[in-house]
Amino acid sequence: MYINPKNLQRYTVGVLVDNEPGVLSRVAGLFSRRGFNIESLAVGPTQDREVSRITIVVLGDDAHIEQLVQQLYKLISVQKVQVMKPRNSVERQLLLVKVKAAITEREGLMRLVDIFKAKVLDVTKNAMTLQITGDNDKITAMLGLLEDYGILELVRTGVVALERGDGVMNSDLFD
Amino acid sequence: MKLNGAAILIECLIEQGVGTVFGFPGGAVLPIYDELYKRQDRINHVLTAHEQHAGHAADGYARASGKTGVCIATSGPGATNLVTPIATAYMDSSPVVFITGNVPQTLMGTDSFQEADISGMTMPVTKHNYLVTSVEKLAQTIREAFYIAASGRPGPVLVDIPKDVQIAETEYTPATGDELIPALSMKRSLAQLRPNGEALERYKVKAEPRLERAAQLIAEAHKPLIYCGGGVKLSGAEAELLALADRADAPIVSSLMGLGAVPADNDRMLGLLGMHGTHAANIAMQRCDLLIAVGVRFSDRALGNAASFASNAKVLHIDIDRAEINKNVTTTLHITGDARVVLDLLLSRVSQKHHDQWMQQARSMIEEYLSDELFEPRKILKAMSETAPGMTVATDVGQHQMWTAQHFPFLRPRQLITSGGLGTMGFGLGAAMGAACSDPEGRPVALITGDGSFRMNLTELSTIAYYNIPVIVVIFNNGTLGMVRQWQTLFFGHRYSQTTLDRGPDFMKLAEAYGMEGTRVDNMDALKATFKKAFDAGKPCIIECMLDIDEMVAPMVAPGSPIDSFCLN
Repeated sequence: MYINPKNLQRYTVGVLVDNEPGVLSRVAGLFSRRGFNIESLAVGPTQDREVSRITIVVLGDDAHIEQLVQQLYKLISVQKVQVMKPRNSVERQLLLVKVKAAITEREGLMRLVDIFKAKVLDVTKNAMTLQITGDNDKITAMLGLLEDYGILELVRTGVVALERGDGVMNSDLFD
Repeated sequence: MKLNGAAILIECLIEQGVGTVFGFPGGAVLPIYDELYKRQDRINHVLTAHEQHAGHAADGYARASGKTGVCIATSGPGATNLVTPIATAYMDSSPVVFITGNVPQTLMGTDSFQEADISGMTMPVTKHNYLVTSVEKLAQTIREAFYIAASGRPGPVLVDIPKDVQIAETEYTPATGDELIPALSMKRSLAQLRPNGEALERYKVKAEPRLERAAQLIAEAHKPLIYCGGGVKLSGAEAELLALADRADAPIVSSLMGLGAVPADNDRMLGLLGMHGTHAANIAMQRCDLLIAVGVRFSDRALGNAASFASNAKVLHIDIDRAEINKNVTTTLHITGDARVVLDLLLSRVSQKHHDQWMQQARSMIEEYLSDELFEPRKILKAMSETAPGMTVATDVGQHQMWTAQHFPFLRPRQLITSGGLGTMGFGLGAAMGAACSDPEGRPVALITGDGSFRMNLTELSTIAYYNIPVIVVIFNNGTLGMVRQWQTLFFGHRYSQTTLDRGPDFMKLAEAYGMEGTRVDNMDALKATFKKAFDAGKPCIIECMLDIDEMVAPMVAPGSPIDSFCLN
């Protein structure tokens, strides 16, 4: 499906699926064959052993996201789909990053750790491994600052998100 | 009782009322074929020459009868040969359960002999698929597969059963009645199924506001047009659709898959819409002020240029598949649900309208096709339809398919068996065979094919000959891949790259090789006499019609052009 690059927006989509082999491939395959770009994807079990939750960040426009949601509902393994509105939801991702940290650099790094409420997971003579959680902007900002020290290695989880408030994810298939 | 997986599979097929299956044996399905041997009193197995055509046969069986088709193949190449028929069934919403064997689970993932990840491969072209990992899950899986294939918008389901699961034993309890409906049905939405009883009441309440608005759109329209698709047939909503057309006083156009839902001789019927649609259908589409689209998915072949499609109309889209709404055409209003249920509910809200002028205008655009040629496709199709008006007709893909869609007047649903969405050359003979097998009265089925398409599946002549399946193969032999040649003529400067079929086989000798009657005809009298004789005999045979290489399908709208801008008249 063609999407004009000018209209691309970021959408966070939560999907409840049957916890069974192959389900991730079904969902990911649907995204790729319908021409959606997955920016990040995170999957894990939920409080119900038989249900997993996938959070996908995808680029598109409103019409395409509507189409995507309806296509997701056609998958037998998909139970519920929710497009999360940024203002009405909380999202987090986690970053582990190993940066160069000679003795002279450590103090500056520790100040950054404080400001960003990061955690130091490991220190050696030459490097520090940090953990940072936050939304996309915060992680990007932290990475920007760490670049000055020299990033040796990094890994980030996909975004996970929940809607704010008392409501829980539900769906009404008929509209 | 304790049974092995293979026996449980067969018992489950019997539970589902399956009488005929199509397939081809192999190492990974030996236990299943052993059980088929023991239960041949209950299940009739048709052995094809190639798994692909077994798949198309199961599809043809489903399309002709409305019952779920069943196809069995072995692992590896047997399974991969099913990918084309699975995709074909998927694109045209045909309910087929494909069963494949696989290597024992201990060997899976080791690149063992005849191992293929068929469930992985078919994810994009099945409604759902399963890899059965334990015999305890098998019976429930088969019941779910049948339920999913036939419910809502139908489609193919694949069940891959490793050999160790076929051999392992477990307790089997036969299911009847409500037990056959798996628990997963509870998860599906009301709109995607045909609700009844209490569910129908809930559906009515939810649909009410949209039904009211739909009725209002119809009340306000001056030039309503109904666009009938394959969903009307799948839902069995033919009578309701006609009743709505009468009530709204609207003409009707049809998609390829919708042909036959409204009889071609009905006064409201303007014919096929799209690239090879009729003048009347395509022009009415651009002039109408309300388009009522029922059970259609607005294929690009029907739309032409999507932006200018039905540009003067509000669009009311009724479909069971919510994902079809606003996919290719933006709607004014949609109602998601089973066509018959929705149309039935809508009818009671629509009052009688009169649009004499519009009806007259639409009908006046219908053009009779005239040709000076003595022996040409349209005359042949007309003659065939006069000899056998209600006969089931299967086609392959190409010019002959479009001529058939345009000129064979389809009078009943499920009369035309054709690969619309995927456009699978080589679909026809298998599909015709399956359609013929589904008819308890054993009436003959015509396969209208081209010399190009037929060369892709002619190996199945052995199957129709052996089982004496009454398929009358009518080959439109123009010595070329005609549709591709037509595009080369129109858009590629007459450069006929790799489309001229100046080679065998000699179809008459071929008929002889398979022990069936073959007749070559080059004039209308011979055609009429031969076809009549073949129809009366009801035996497999070949009729080869020698046609001109430059015969073209007209009218034609170039791809991506507005639907009323014909490049060929």
